[in-house]
Amino acid sequence: MKSEKLKTLRYKLILFLLTLFTVHCSLSANAYALDINKKILPNGLTVLHSEKHNLPIVMVTMIVKAGILDEPREKAGLAYLTADLLDEGTKTRKSAEISEEIEFIGAGLGASAGGDYTTITLSVLKKDAEKGFELFSDIILNPVFPQEELERKRERIKGSLKQREEDPTFVAGRLFKKEVFGDHPYARLMEGSEETLSGITRENLMEFHSKYFIPNNAILSVVGDLAPAELDSLIKKYLYPWKKSDMPQRKIHPVSDEKTKRVVKIDKEVTQATVIIGHLGISRDNPDYYAVSVTNYILGGGGFASRLMQKVRDELGLAYGVSSYFSASKEKGSFEAEVQTKNESANTAIEEILKQMERIRNEAVSDEELSGAKDYLTGSFPRRLDTGRKITDFLATIEFYNLGLDYAEKYPAYINAVTKDDVLRVAKKYLDPENFILVIVADQKKAGLKY
Amino acid sequence: MKKLLFLLIVTLIISSCVPAEVQPVKETASSGIREYRLDNGLKVLVIEDHKAPLATFQIWYRVGSRNEPIGKSGISHLLEHMMFKGTPKYGSKEFSRMVKRKGGSDNAHTTKDYTMYHQTLASDRIDISIELEADRMQNLILDPKEVIAERNVVMEERRMRYDDDPQSSLYEEVMAAAFKSHPYQWPVIGWMPDILSIERENLYNHYKAYYSPDNAVIVVSGDVNAEDIFRKVKTAFGDIPAASGRMMVTSKEGEQKGERRVTLKREAELPYIIMVYHTSGFPHPDSYALEVLGTILAGGKSSRLYKSIVYEKKLAIGASADYSGFNSDPYLFFFDATVAPGKDIKDVESALYAEIEKIKKEPPSEMEVQKAKNQVEASFVMGQDSIYYQAQVAGMFEMLGGWRLKNEYMENLKKVKPEDLTRVANKYLTEDNRTVGILVPIKK
Repeated sequence: MKSEKLKTLRYKLILFLLTLFTVHCSLSANAYALDINKKILPNGLTVLHSEKHNLPIVMVTMIVKAGILDEPREKAGLAYLTADLLDEGTKTRKSAEISEEIEFIGAGLGASAGGDYTTITLSVLKKDAEKGFELFSDIILNPVFPQEELERKRERIKGSLKQREEDPTFVAGRLFKKEVFGDHPYARLMEGSEETLSGITRENLMEFHSKYFIPNNAILSVVGDLAPAELDSLIKKYLYPWKKSDMPQRKIHPVSDEKTKRVVKIDKEVTQATVIIGHLGISRDNPDYYAVSVTNYILGGGGFASRLMQKVRDELGLAYGVSSYFSASKEKGSFEAEVQTKNESANTAIEEILKQMERIRNEAVSDEELSGAKDYLTGSFPRRLDTGRKITDFLATIEFYNLGLDYAEKYPAYINAVTKDDVLRVAKKYLDPENFILVIVADQKKAGLKY
Repeated sequence: MKKLLFLLIVTLIISSCVPAEVQPVKETASSGIREYRLDNGLKVLVIEDHKAPLATFQIWYRVGSRNEPIGKSGISHLLEHMMFKGTPKYGSKEFSRMVKRKGGSDNAHTTKDYTMYHQTLASDRIDISIELEADRMQNLILDPKEVIAERNVVMEERRMRYDDDPQSSLYEEVMAAAFKSHPYQWPVIGWMPDILSIERENLYNHYKAYYSPDNAVIVVSGDVNAEDIFRKVKTAFGDIPAASGRMMVTSKEGEQKGERRVTLKREAELPYIIMVYHTSGFPHPDSYALEVLGTILAGGKSSRLYKSIVYEKKLAIGASADYSGFNSDPYLFFFDATVAPGKDIKDVESALYAEIEKIKKEPPSEMEVQKAKNQVEASFVMGQDSIYYQAQVAGMFEMLGGWRLKNEYMENLKKVKPEDLTRVANKYLTEDNRTVGILVPIKK
């Protein structure tokens, strides 16, 4: 077994684990460390472990590198259905037996697919960790995707897709993705569509599972009240039998960079217009990610501290919610600004959003705005990691995106390095107030869109 | 919602019960919570938890939509919004900005019974919360222009949350039908014409009546020193006078004598049903069995409603049950279900009744009851990982009569027996005691 112990994540100013015996006294007075033990098992599974003994609980997250990026377009929804059916029957347990066993110990077991990967989580009391691992590994290693369960799930997802059409935000988001990403997988809903769902067979699920759900294509993260020896014995018993296989190749999907302005209008009997304005953005490994984070905080990511909120909500009283967002994923994501405002004021709100996008591209932000954004982004890090569940998910994610196990330690430096010029530069580069997709779900007559 | 309530209970097991609350300044320590009280009536609860250098500050006011006069529904919630709009010393949104600059988060929410403001931030910055909450408890500006702007914001919030959401709209209809004399009949956000009618003067009077130390409780949890917090709170809040002139809410909902039904015809995709039954609230002795009943019916995929209505009969894409027992006055036991495409809502309604009849006739097994208790207890323990929830649990029980009730709650929950569920089902889940709402989708 290859094992390397990495003492990482030195949170300056942050202390997670005062109660923990692994506190690093060698560090300066206000700096503490979180031990992360990283191992690669013989079967290729990456294991991250951090002890946290403040409560008798154990949090587990597994990332399997399989998501919407890995399914054929005509089988959209395959990754989602695979994840959703993991706990609906294994070689030795029926669907009802799994839920009965897991709920009897008050544990939580869940799986869901996303754009870049699938996540399987377990939350369990320490006293039931053994049972929890048994079920957790069973649904990952041995699912059988019973035909009957597939039919059941398929119908329910179709029903839920239908019901969500009642929500204007859902409709706007669905159409926005479609317009921005075109033929790229990120254009689709995780659940696929009524048509593609109908075409998914049990064989497709089995194949997808056996191709991607292999240990050398996965990351396991465990945080909580387990000593290394305890975890080792659980892993040996439940995850060593997982067989290594050939690594699937992940292909890069081209996305059209063609710049045009397009407007999509959906007429609905609503009192409020839901508007999304945006275009392609950046991928998670883009070196500008941190400058973009600061820029977006100032523009529309910073809640009440953001320009959009100050202008559209506080000054104009036009909306309850207005925000902007860069979704930075494995491949190039999107930028979007979203607002809900009464039909009649849709034009004014859109105008204001575009004005703010324009302004941040042309004028340097103030010192106060820049330092405010940096202070928040660096200072809020401890809150992003203030429970075992959050730390578990964080560790798995930084490993997936190759951010380095010392990411939390380095993050403040990344953010603090951003200058006003950087903000101006990335705003110019990644925000486009001329060529954008505009989706508006509204009572179109009342909205009388100018765009 | 249900899960939240369960989480709220989580911290309760730990702290032991030490009675005696003494005036004016005397502490009572327990293993988990320390309690203080100022001369002006302000109560302060502190939970020390040093696992991370963070602290949560919460201030709870005993005012919600329950305390509103007819025609001014939503005034408590609008006032909550206005509390962020500044005092002479700290301008509009300044408080939020200061918290954010320290990497913290802040927000507030209004319920039927209380309004709560909170900040979570580095524990060495907790002074900001103490100073600024004391400031806005007494010095709110309530600028008339800002009132108009914020009224518009709240109307947008209403459109988003209710008017354009068919299922939420049905919920409002059902509440309005289930309660005829109690203010629980109107939504926390208020009816649209009421919101529009709220003026600066109304807000000011509401503020003066309810925002005072004797009507508030402060809960602080996290990496703090209890003595230190108490000293600082005393300095900041000690001179604020108690208020008078609050109206006691005396409304009582009379016994319901016959089923009530409401129908809502709206542009929607799928039919939807809500059913509610009047019940006793915590700390009524029946509340423990009702809580366990809710878990047996709808706590996860092994629960009765899921197994029968969603899984086996495939009548609904989702079905839930929820006992809502943590209110100041007796409230409701909820059921709801979204009908699966192509299925008949009548069959869904019958299937819900069938499950209710089943539990009325036959007690569940010991195992099933034990499973529900295990679920409550486990989420209880897990919730303790969050200092915010620890504070929220304490505050919640304080609103219901005293934080020590939380111990009682967990103890009594453990004592629930299978036949108790049958008994409470027969007592409350009756035809005459129910209100049913049906969403009928229409196409434009």
